[in-house]
Amino acid sequence: MKSAGQPMAHESAGGHVTGSALYTDDLLSRFPGVLHAWPVMSPFAYAAVLTIDTAPALAVAGVVATLTSSDVPGEGDTGPNRHDEPLFPTEVLFHSQPVMWVLGESLEAARLGTAAVLVRYEERTPLVSIESAIQADSFHSPPLRLSRGDRASALAQSAHRLKGEIHIGGQEHFYLETQAAIAWLDESGGVALHSSTQHPSETQEIVARVLGVAKHQVTVECLRMGGAFGGKEVQANTWAAVAALGAQKTGRPVSVRLPRRLDMMLTGKRHPFLTKFEVGFAADGKLEALHLALYADAGWSLDLSEPIVWRAMFHADNCYFLPAVDITGYVVKTHKTSQTAFRGFGGPQGMLVIEDILDRIARTLQLPPELVRQRNFYVEGQTTHYGQTVKDASRIERIWNELKSTSNFVARQQQVAEFNEQNEHHKRGIAITPVKFGISFTATLFNQAGATILIYRDGSVQVNHGGTEMGQGLQTKILQIAADGLGVELGAIRIMPTSTGKVPNTSATAASSGTDLNGAAVLDACAKLRAVLAPVAASMLNCLPDEVHFEQGIVLAAQQKATFAEVVEAAYRQRLPLFASGFYKTPEIHYDPKTGQGHPFYYYAYGAAVAEVEVDGFTGDMRTLRVDILEDAGNSISPIVDRGQIEGGFIQGAGWLTLEELVWDAKGRLATNGASTYKLPSWMELPEVFNVGILERAAEPGVVLGSKAVGEPPLMLALSVREAIRGAIAAFGDGGIVELDSPATPERIYFACSKARGQAEDA
Amino acid sequence: MPLAEVILCCKSKTNWSAMTTFTETQSIVLQVNGARKNLSIEPRVSLLDALRDYLHLTGTKKGCDQGACGACTVLVDGERINSCLALAIQYEGCDIVTIEGLANAGELHPLQQAFIDQDGFQCGYCTPGQICSVVGMMTEFGKGAPSAVTKDGTANSELTEEEVRERMSGNLCRCGAYVGIRDAIKQVYGGRQQ
Repeated sequence: MKSAGQPMAHESAGGHVTGSALYTDDLLSRFPGVLHAWPVMSPFAYAAVLTIDTAPALAVAGVVATLTSSDVPGEGDTGPNRHDEPLFPTEVLFHSQPVMWVLGESLEAARLGTAAVLVRYEERTPLVSIESAIQADSFHSPPLRLSRGDRASALAQSAHRLKGEIHIGGQEHFYLETQAAIAWLDESGGVALHSSTQHPSETQEIVARVLGVAKHQVTVECLRMGGAFGGKEVQANTWAAVAALGAQKTGRPVSVRLPRRLDMMLTGKRHPFLTKFEVGFAADGKLEALHLALYADAGWSLDLSEPIVWRAMFHADNCYFLPAVDITGYVVKTHKTSQTAFRGFGGPQGMLVIEDILDRIARTLQLPPELVRQRNFYVEGQTTHYGQTVKDASRIERIWNELKSTSNFVARQQQVAEFNEQNEHHKRGIAITPVKFGISFTATLFNQAGATILIYRDGSVQVNHGGTEMGQGLQTKILQIAADGLGVELGAIRIMPTSTGKVPNTSATAASSGTDLNGAAVLDACAKLRAVLAPVAASMLNCLPDEVHFEQGIVLAAQQKATFAEVVEAAYRQRLPLFASGFYKTPEIHYDPKTGQGHPFYYYAYGAAVAEVEVDGFTGDMRTLRVDILEDAGNSISPIVDRGQIEGGFIQGAGWLTLEELVWDAKGRLATNGASTYKLPSWMELPEVFNVGILERAAEPGVVLGSKAVGEPPLMLALSVREAIRGAIAAFGDGGIVELDSPATPERIYFACSKARGQAEDA
Repeated sequence: MPLAEVILCCKSKTNWSAMTTFTETQSIVLQVNGARKNLSIEPRVSLLDALRDYLHLTGTKKGCDQGACGACTVLVDGERINSCLALAIQYEGCDIVTIEGLANAGELHPLQQAFIDQDGFQCGYCTPGQICSVVGMMTEFGKGAPSAVTKDGTANSELTEEEVRERMSGNLCRCGAYVGIRDAIKQVYGGRQQ
């Protein structure tokens, strides 16, 4: 029996329930003499650093060393692409930015050491809001443009036009395990690190850059992460670099682990967006022209903001054909944390806007929103505004119809209308929204992966690949893929911690691509090893190599069999190699960032969700009564893992859209810097009824075992909640357009309800 | 020792001017997972830090260090507490159980098995706290302690989903694995009456 496709528990399940699954910070006791690091943080969001006097810190008991720019043997910059993130800045660009670090025997000694450091700053006026930065012409890059057709004349000719503006809030990753790295000098003159990083190869690169050594001197290993969600794609690097620098200076192991408050104050978040649109549409609700400006609040450094804004622009169509379109993306530079990758990578912001627009169109024309959405769906053969044919476009309608039926959408819509008739102060809303999400890194070169498989003489196997585990179930899927690929039992395989010493030049585990890329590389290595073992088995079993069948540790041919271990031992005695590397690169993709045109995605992941909510008109309080989801995961390799991703992605998306609000004050201080001030989805927000389905008969040819990526797409299913809320708010008034910034907190819902009631009274 | 007394005794023994650097360590004995552990710690070391940094029981996690996420939940005399908000010295003489102590002679606690069966986790970081919290919740429930949503006081309340949500609301799961955790609780304690 094949392992892939079977529901199987998470690869580390036993470790998770007993507390024996180790994370970076759990390893401290294995490093005697480990030092702890604490940063000296700027009390200003924008300031020149005039002088730093570190001497008083060294007088504090337990302080061992300080780290300043004079300690950097290489380049003191951790910017991943543009080198714009000085480790020891002379100009502070966001509140609490570290200007130097203190190493101590304990975290507290280090912290007390930083309190003794004397820094003189010259305070400047920070740009905190997107609007103030736009006014000051503060951008990281020239505007990004994407257009099709003659938007201006199409707009002029449209029977209907609407203009609007939506503010979209960011999102704190709040991975439960904060950023962590431990560095030590290895046994042969190099530097080794345990790092909670989604991108060990880039962490290796940045550490090597800062230390001024070649990459082969640096080994980065990641056991697993306690959540990452994009927040450890590039933003794990700085802490690793500080740890490595400290280890090199002192000769002792150094741990950097950010306490929660520091993690929230120092690391980037999902980008807040300001969006402005003008849309032209026909009397039947069909989109004719869209003029869109997306202003992303990138914060102090560039980070991944350009590709994030590109993805927002690519996903401003969601599932809808835009005949004439003109989108400009702005990477706005503010004095805030450097906003970064977060599950969806700009896609959610782009899709929020078009879903908001379609609801406005429906209410303008007094048509049902789901009908307007459906009328605008892509059909087979149509291309996106970036020139890619929408593969499997008919799947959107298939999912839509199937979900409407299983969720009993039409009848429940009627029930909602009846409820709203009978209740003056509580209103319900129900909405269905689709998702189309492009799968692949938009930078084509990242779409490659490697694997190394080692078979030992007893038939046991080590599997190495470039992907990292952050809870998404990658290792579970790799285990299943490798077990089938070699034809051994699951227990014969050990998935090794991700290490730059095993597979070089890996890409980040990101863009939902972990299994697509690394799984395919593992399969490639398995095929090479089978090609070695099949002739050996054939000679043992007196058959032809293609007649040999490997399954569950048994090698079969006609009526005869041997164990996998016996075949392996025979191969060893014949002096055959029992290790192999595998490689994969995604075919067919290309894209030109100069024109914004090409085929950036290998395929699309689809899905749809129906959400029903109830809004309290007195308080703006909102409950999610029921959610129904149908997700296209291809041929699911691991149905339990995929279901978890769908549920969790949805809940995280709903958090972004309804609960989680980041507040910076006028000085650029993050006011929401703890779990006590930043509201995360809890048990109480779990939808009261939550039905999740995975689309049947949906194999994706050309992707590993016919599966589809499932990490990010479900997050955007939560747009159904936002649209249902807008429907409920509209029911307090006369059903007209509802303007609602994101997140839809009770406060915003309450004021939108008041406005709707006011409009109804005026009418 | 009740909390108020502990604080008083700390005040009487501690030189507060020295608090800005280091205070004196004290020798204490903690009973953790059935074993007596000798520690020499400062009085202000949290139970969480004592477990992780001094006893190397790293199964208990530090998520927020301010009592808002529940990742550090452990059992003290059968009751659940946030170990990040507790001082280790308060719990001398108490029976402390962490995630490492729930299994019995290598056999998983039924709830641990149910978390595996029902996929009650993704990244696993909140899992030890969730599991300890459920065990503590069931003790509270068994004693008839009402929650905010218990309708008729303590009389024969059923462990409804509403009760579970309310009683577990102090344990966050950022991956959003609440469905699996709920189903794991149901698998072991479904239909339980107070």
